[in-house]
Amino acid sequence: MSSILDLFAYDFFFKAFLAAIFASISCGIIGGYIVSRRIVFISGGITHASFGGIGLAFFLGFNPLLGAVAFAVLSALGIQFFTKVAEIREDSSIAIWWSLGMALGIIFVFLTPGYTPNLMSYLFGNILTVTVTELWWMFILNVIIITFFMLLFRKILYIAFDEEFARAAGLPVSLFNYLTIILIALTVVLNIRVVGIILILSLLTIPQATANLYTNDFKRLLILSSVFAFLGTISGLFISYYLDIPSGAAIIFTLVIIFGLLRLIKHFTK
Amino acid sequence: MIPLIKIQNLSVGYDRVPVIENATLDICEQDFLGVIGPNGGGKTTLLKAILGLIKPMGGTISFRDDVDGRQKPIGYLPQVKHIDQKFPITVFDVVQSGSIMEGSSKSKRAIKERAEHLLNEMGIFDIKNKAIGELSGGQMQRTFLCRALLSNPRILILDEPDTFVDNRFEGELYEWLRVLNEEIAIILVSHDVGTISSYVKTIACVNKNVHYHASNKITQEQLNAYNCPIQIISHGEIPHTVLKHHL
Repeated sequence: MSSILDLFAYDFFFKAFLAAIFASISCGIIGGYIVSRRIVFISGGITHASFGGIGLAFFLGFNPLLGAVAFAVLSALGIQFFTKVAEIREDSSIAIWWSLGMALGIIFVFLTPGYTPNLMSYLFGNILTVTVTELWWMFILNVIIITFFMLLFRKILYIAFDEEFARAAGLPVSLFNYLTIILIALTVVLNIRVVGIILILSLLTIPQATANLYTNDFKRLLILSSVFAFLGTISGLFISYYLDIPSGAAIIFTLVIIFGLLRLIKHFTK
Repeated sequence: MIPLIKIQNLSVGYDRVPVIENATLDICEQDFLGVIGPNGGGKTTLLKAILGLIKPMGGTISFRDDVDGRQKPIGYLPQVKHIDQKFPITVFDVVQSGSIMEGSSKSKRAIKERAEHLLNEMGIFDIKNKAIGELSGGQMQRTFLCRALLSNPRILILDEPDTFVDNRFEGELYEWLRVLNEEIAIILVSHDVGTISSYVKTIACVNKNVHYHASNKITQEQLNAYNCPIQIISHGEIPHTVLKHHL
């Protein structure tokens, strides 16, 4: 046990630990929301589109996360625009942005002279290399998400559950939808460093599926999802350290194992 | 008497194609209006226009100023198929969500008390912490009826409340509506013309146009004149439906 505590003396490990906490809270809450509203696929589209921004940032030489944020928010609004104004079916417009972002990213990375060493860590994540600046961004995002959900919890729940009813009641549903999609975009991008673009959907869906085994209450689902996300992330972190395997993949693996075990236990105790 | 809702020369539809044209209709206090018509005839479109979910392409829908100063004192019960039954929400929260209906600015505590009162009245207080996915069809309808009533509406709008409901609850539901109708106006959309005709007071036939019929009896000739291809409605000792002769 002492060796585990010793790990925290390492600066990189302590930062990874903080990243795990921040990622679990933001992904737990936002994931609970998108799973309940059945907009997981949109979130996948936004995530992958953000790769275009990372590529552009490599090419022009600025902070990749900044590029990713810009592309994520742009694609989030673009999906809504394509669907509503250009009247393209929603799943198709998601797929268009999804692949367009990836394609742009690949073109920019290809055009960037020299070797791009960090590319793999954006695709598959590396929680052990998270920086202090990134931690601050994650912390601020957590504050925004928690405040937003605490202040507007009832309205969020009612709109998410029955959008038409909320519209009939005169709530500003469209404005609310734009706000939440931007929050989703920010959550996805700022957590890319933890599990990567390709694996981030897991943090938004697996802990929620686990939490859903125990509760059907929206508020409890959000909280429990964060708890399970933390359990999976932190154990994945240890496993990746001791077995010397990539952290992103190890985290997904433990998340799935936790879900599978608890699902089996529930099956046999019923 | 000023009607609760006054619809004048209303044209409404989607993508600039009108589903309903030039409809004129008044909803007055204590009305119990049955809205009938073929599928695709515009029943739901008319409701959506009244609820403010789609904007009229022509004509007006105006609401009488409510005593409480509310603009639209409406309670709404949507079609069951429109509800995501896997959504993680409890019965109690569904009922409380009725509080967002315009004009009801009650305190959190008042909303809770009203919700508990309604759950008790409908006899589903004991399932208030259940998820909606675990409910039977009848319990589901009762839950959504509680939600619709939470804001003390002056007008209750129900969109095909008799689908996916067992016969026992269907009768119970219409008895509830009869009692509620002593105080509030009701608009009921249904495809089950035979059942509703004995409960509603007046009928509106919606098939692109809206034909108002100031009685709950309607003959085949009238339906033909309205260009409303549905079964004939009549009343008798034994519940029955009279079908048109086959040619």
